[in-house]
Amino acid sequence: MDYFLELFFGGLTRGSIYALIAVGYTMVYGIIELINFAHGEIYMIGAFTALVVAGVLTALGLPALAILAVALAAAIVWSAAYGFTVEKIAYKPLRTAPRLSPLISAIGMSIFLQNYVMLAQTSDFLPFPKLLPEIGFLKPYRAVIGTSEIFIILATALSCAGLTLFIKFTRMGKAMRATAQNRKMALLVGVNVDRVISLTFIIGSSLAAVGGVLIASHIGQINFMIGFLAGIKAFTAAVLGGIGSIPGAMLGGLVLGWTESFATGYVSSDYEDVFAFLLLVLILIFRPSGILGKAPTQKV
Amino acid sequence: MDNLKKAILTSLWFMFLTFPLMVVRVNTIEKIVQWRFMNMVYVGVGAFVLSYVWRYLLAKRQIGESRDETGGGRRSFGARLLSEPRLYVPGLAALGLAALAFPLAGSMYQVNIMITALIYVVLALGLNIVVGLSGLLVLGYAAFYAVGAYTYALLNHHFGLGFWTVLPIGAGMGALFGILLGTPVLRLRGDYLAIVTLGFGEIIRLVLENWSDFSMGPSGISGIDRPSLFGMQLSVNGSTIYMYYIMIGLMLLTIFFTNRLKNSRIGRAWIALREDEIACQAMGIDKTRTKLTAFALGAAWAGLMGVVFAGKTVFVNPASFTFLESAMILAMVVLGGMGSIVGVVLGALVLILLPEFLRDFALYRMLIFGAAMVLVMVLRPQGLISGERKVYRFQAGEGSHE
Amino acid sequence: MKGKWSVLALALVLGLVLGGCAQEKKEEKKEAAPAAGKIILGVAGAHSGDLASYGLPTVNAAKLVAAAYNAKGGINGKQVEVVPQDDQCKPEMATNAATKMVSDKATVVLGHICSGATKAALPIYKEAKIICMSPSATNPALTQSGEYPVFFRTIASDDAQAALEVQFAVEKLGLKKLAIIHDKGDYGKGFAEFAQKFLTEGGKAQVVLFEGVTPGAVDYSAVVQKIKSADADGVIYGGYHPEASKIVTQMRNKDMKIPFLSDDGVKDDTFIKVAGALAEGVYATGPKDISKNPLYAQALEEHKKQFGSDPGAFYFEAYSAALALLNAIDKAKSTDFDAVTKALRSEYVETPVGKIKFDARGDAEGVGFAVYQVQGGKYVEVK
Repeated sequence: MDYFLELFFGGLTRGSIYALIAVGYTMVYGIIELINFAHGEIYMIGAFTALVVAGVLTALGLPALAILAVALAAAIVWSAAYGFTVEKIAYKPLRTAPRLSPLISAIGMSIFLQNYVMLAQTSDFLPFPKLLPEIGFLKPYRAVIGTSEIFIILATALSCAGLTLFIKFTRMGKAMRATAQNRKMALLVGVNVDRVISLTFIIGSSLAAVGGVLIASHIGQINFMIGFLAGIKAFTAAVLGGIGSIPGAMLGGLVLGWTESFATGYVSSDYEDVFAFLLLVLILIFRPSGILGKAPTQKV
Repeated sequence: MDNLKKAILTSLWFMFLTFPLMVVRVNTIEKIVQWRFMNMVYVGVGAFVLSYVWRYLLAKRQIGESRDETGGGRRSFGARLLSEPRLYVPGLAALGLAALAFPLAGSMYQVNIMITALIYVVLALGLNIVVGLSGLLVLGYAAFYAVGAYTYALLNHHFGLGFWTVLPIGAGMGALFGILLGTPVLRLRGDYLAIVTLGFGEIIRLVLENWSDFSMGPSGISGIDRPSLFGMQLSVNGSTIYMYYIMIGLMLLTIFFTNRLKNSRIGRAWIALREDEIACQAMGIDKTRTKLTAFALGAAWAGLMGVVFAGKTVFVNPASFTFLESAMILAMVVLGGMGSIVGVVLGALVLILLPEFLRDFALYRMLIFGAAMVLVMVLRPQGLISGERKVYRFQAGEGSHE
Repeated sequence: MKGKWSVLALALVLGLVLGGCAQEKKEEKKEAAPAAGKIILGVAGAHSGDLASYGLPTVNAAKLVAAAYNAKGGINGKQVEVVPQDDQCKPEMATNAATKMVSDKATVVLGHICSGATKAALPIYKEAKIICMSPSATNPALTQSGEYPVFFRTIASDDAQAALEVQFAVEKLGLKKLAIIHDKGDYGKGFAEFAQKFLTEGGKAQVVLFEGVTPGAVDYSAVVQKIKSADADGVIYGGYHPEASKIVTQMRNKDMKIPFLSDDGVKDDTFIKVAGALAEGVYATGPKDISKNPLYAQALEEHKKQFGSDPGAFYFEAYSAALALLNAIDKAKSTDFDAVTKALRSEYVETPVGKIKFDARGDAEGVGFAVYQVQGGKYVEVK
């Protein structure tokens, strides 16, 4: 039973990270129908910014919690800024272009950002400071679930809840839903679509930054390539849950995390990714729009 | 004045944006912080200048677009070049001669690069059938490429079959896998199809990596035979040149086929399906069969090229068939211009040869490459050369009743 | 349309004929490059491209050793000439380079650098009976398959490393149940498979888990849990340091204090930097410390004097290989393949990597690995 629980929490942690990144994919997709391949890189930039800021603050000798707060805030601000800028440069001029053009632009952006970080910082792996404090009374249980894992799961739950409330109850959230449903109509009823799209990128990037900082602190190392695999997995999670649906992305992330964890635990980690992708194919065959996705109504 | 303000704002924004990563560098072990303020100055000046260039280019694109919309105006030089026989026949002949003479003039290294480029040209043309003509977004094209390469590698390793024998088998295996994958997933739409093919591509690669008894795992299969010329085994130099001409031949064959396919009955069905599925079904086109044909044909070409790839490098391992490979082939198709054969050829050549030319920039190579991809897409969203649809004109009275 | 294609077809045929002729001409030219009165030391490896930093130090080493011999009046009265050929560590380029070596009548070849490239080039040398000695190709099959009597190397093979690791784990540490983890890569998986083989053959300990992890994955907690539930009392890891440090970090955070043993890919200071305090106690095998050998200092000094910088990767192995090759030609008093081979196998020679001769399969005797342990933030050799 212990073994099962350990795998369960391991999968939950991993799934939470996938979920945080997947939300960004799914929001962007919901609004402009673009697979934002550069999103994984935003996650990586978030982690790197936190590393740099934490490094400077440690050198100044601030207390640990202050470092965590400032580094996290900086990661969110700069990731959001990068997300915003990427949209303005690489996607906005392509709003009316054929559907695949922004996709290629996104792949180019992803290559650019990876190499930019490699040149500006380093190609080596860097140790990431342990920003998350260890809570004393949890220590006896850390073989099953560590403090940083609890932090990750809690932060994910909070961010997702916050986002859901924002989208449901605020004016801007309503505008986002309207734009996702029909961009032209939204424009007609006076929604500032440009601003909604920018906001989408900012929110998605911020969540990715949170994921980046948490996981880097949990694992203890980063380099400029960490966004690649995480990005692909998160995208898979988004599709699994039904792309365009925010609860779907969260659910997809968790399902994917558990699948990988249990596949490794009970079968073999050699085929961990094979199981993940097989699950995706199977789910899509039986529910072609993902777990929570709505089947698109075909307009004639 | 407005421009100046914008440029200054852009410059400030980028200085802010790049601040943590470009200016600060920390050594977390020795707790040393390194400040590189010169970088900030470079970014500021660079962003200021580039902001002007960017606006100029975008404005130019706008003018181009509005001219296209009003029609009538001058057609671009490229389009004219392609449509007037007086212009393209001598051009093509000169190009052909240059291509044929290339191995005599170029070094072994250059010929090798050219062979790689030609392989990608054919791969891109194959993918163009699926993505460009039929509008099915496939992100796992490298899987079919791997199927072809391993078909040759394994058959050659275990049974000693030669290149020319396996060439059609490889194509067949590619098509078979295309149909196997295609049958269950073709009812998925758009991006769902994309992710499933991505997953499929990864599954194939992971199986090749982990199933050591079958594929020899990550160390790959080496010592594959090069193609023979009427039973003779050529020297290394000889077989490189031979390979080059084989590829030229295969490329011409592919261009010929895809060109004929494009305007055939099935080709027109693909294009129609791409434009509007429902209208298509209403017109009585068998949706599943049409899509499957596209899938199978595209995959067959990848299988074919896989065999050539294995014969060229005499070594295959799973690392050659990653997702990035699929993405690059897709980029060739889109960058060149979806559906346009000349465009796709151009796109493939640019994307393969550009990194080679950029070798002098060493570390900056991939940075420039990524930026170039974004730039080309932003400035030419239709691709370098946009695919022109064949226009059928009704001419009254000219024996239209026959 | 038709016209276009037929013109192209014609041109294609013409081109093929032309190509054939041109190629004949090239072959002739090569025949006419004699090597009278000279000993040609071919140097093959990556001299350009991404991996050039692994190949260029070998060229420097060959030049220095050749210059030293030439200053003494050459070997048997013949001057030594160094002829480099670039293979970029790519198998297909390596066959090009090897063919060029044969047509240039190289007496012996120092190279290639990468195992894959070496594998591709060896059949060509074997056919031409040219001795090929690599300073860096560690793939075990190169010597152990027995297929290549022309091949020698001055670096120990990967399986020697695995054998040492297993011996250390079982005999020194007394471990009974080992988990073997690898990174699914060529090097890591190869190492892991050898470790598994030696453990099973030895019979003193059992392998309780054998698994690959995906490099770059978000975390490895599931694998770590699996190691724990398999009740292993030690972990052998085949692969490079980024994954190793992730696994070690997660193991230690889960209060698993069992020994972690790994390979040359982890015996890297970056590993200690990244894993920090958690790296303490980790074992890794790596090449023996050779810095005490007298010739090591001499080779280092020569490089600094001649090129004004510290030597790069595999420089000392390459220096040793060049010495061994030229020494064997000197001792054999001929450039005959059989005589030189015999001399390589029988005559000891002092080199920067130690006093070596070669066994029947081509591996250098006296070159090997040692076990290191992280102690106080440094790798320290375990005696």
